[in-house]
Amino acid sequence: MSESSKKQESDEPHTLSDHDEQLVASVLAGEQRALARVLSKIENRTAGYRAILVALYEHTGSTPVLGVTGSPGAGKSTLVDKLTKRYRTRDETVGILAVDPASPYTGGSVLGDRIRMGSAAGDRGVFIRSMSARGTLGGLSMATADAVVALDAFGLDRIIIETVGAGQSEVDVVETADSVVVVVQPGAGDDVQLLKAGILEIGDLFVVNKADRPEAAGTVADLEEMIHLRAPPGDANGGAMGGHHAPDTAGHHGSNVDAADPQNESVAGDDEEVGDDDHWTPPVLETVATTAVGVPELVEAIDRHQRYLDRSGGDDERRRRRATATLKRLLQRDLGVLSERLIETRGGIDSLADAIARRETDPYSVVDDLIGPIESAVERAQTEGAESETNRSQT
Amino acid sequence: MKPQSADNSLMSADSTQRAIRCLVAKVGLDGHDRGAQVIARAFRDAGFEVIYSGLHRAPEEIVQAAVQEDVDVLGISILSGAHNTLIPRIIDGLESDGALDDTLILVGGIIPEEDKAHLKAQGVAEIFGPGTPMAETVEFVRENAPRRIDQ
Repeated sequence: MSESSKKQESDEPHTLSDHDEQLVASVLAGEQRALARVLSKIENRTAGYRAILVALYEHTGSTPVLGVTGSPGAGKSTLVDKLTKRYRTRDETVGILAVDPASPYTGGSVLGDRIRMGSAAGDRGVFIRSMSARGTLGGLSMATADAVVALDAFGLDRIIIETVGAGQSEVDVVETADSVVVVVQPGAGDDVQLLKAGILEIGDLFVVNKADRPEAAGTVADLEEMIHLRAPPGDANGGAMGGHHAPDTAGHHGSNVDAADPQNESVAGDDEEVGDDDHWTPPVLETVATTAVGVPELVEAIDRHQRYLDRSGGDDERRRRRATATLKRLLQRDLGVLSERLIETRGGIDSLADAIARRETDPYSVVDDLIGPIESAVERAQTEGAESETNRSQT
Repeated sequence: MKPQSADNSLMSADSTQRAIRCLVAKVGLDGHDRGAQVIARAFRDAGFEVIYSGLHRAPEEIVQAAVQEDVDVLGISILSGAHNTLIPRIIDGLESDGALDDTLILVGGIIPEEDKAHLKAQGVAEIFGPGTPMAETVEFVRENAPRRIDQ
């Protein structure tokens, strides 16, 4: 498949241009501007970005990635800001990807999360990057996964991905994370909303933010009940948690957090979430992000999840799952690009659609026709594979 | 560079997707950001990606955001009259980060005639006063946003 096509990046060999080689070196040396440039190339899929990722990839794998998701207005950005502040007091550098949907109509977007991340302002130990969806199916999660590679190679101590948990593409985004925090705000309808969005399954930790509101206790109770009803593992979509056993933590979170008292201790105790190495029951924590109440406890709970992952081998497991997801996504997208080019050779999607609409042909025949060459290539690969297999077993 | 509209056609899976990125920034102590918000909205509707800074930003914060977000366009809204001190600090910051050359710097707000030449000499590309039609500003960005033919 390396014939005439000139500028399709997926066909280019993964060799770096001199300029990009310099860029990679600058990223590894910790230059923020170089990192910013690489992130743009990833977002824009500028020719050669794949080669950059290949070069960066070997320098990755060590940085814990936290995903923070939840409905609009739940207080994610403010919470991320406070988490970051906390990590900074531990002298850890933090990279934040603030992911926002783009308008499907103009492709434009206003990325406003930076506003709520004020405490990081002027601190070069924090790198914040806003990303938008750019209207491409699956493009956002791919770009996010690629951006995490760049941030990881840059050498940050922590990476936080923040995204609205509104649909499948956002759920895909947090697939890249090791630990996922789902932020919920107190009030009516949460349970239904959560179940609908399929967000319950992806949370390793749950946070009821704005916990100084009177409805908070009810929301906490609802969440805990739902977590305890959650299906045990085995389904591919579940997090790395192994379900739970006895629902003996219920009722623990009855009291409201007093927003006026930053030392408030009414958040989950230390040892209740973790049963043993095989099981992680997601804790439900209460925070008031605006005043940072409950944030130290959240940081502690995230650390605990990290330790659980290390201990149980869940980290390897999750990395493997992450690699699988990335592989699949990448493959899917590249195949999509290939099929687009195929369609172009048959006169483009519009004329094909016109022909189908006029009932001159049908979509099935068109696709059969398009897929033909790919299919025969696959069959060839299969026979070759089988032959070399038999050769090997004969020798 | 025609921004997104073309890319939004069916299945634009992996064509290079280039959206103009803009930082709309409020610097200093003035608290009037209606203008900044209107321009942010207009930029968005034009298909740009807009990062809005929020109010009361220090020049260093704006530089940090512009560098990390790798924006093509920096629009500074300022109504306080402190432009002669704040804008040079932003420009200096961008320069020391190596980001000045390929950032289009625009200023919106009330700038006295006698200060304009001074700001432009320092690197501000254009100054848009009150009453400038939105379309004019959008068109200016389209025509002047740095064309980064990424190597």
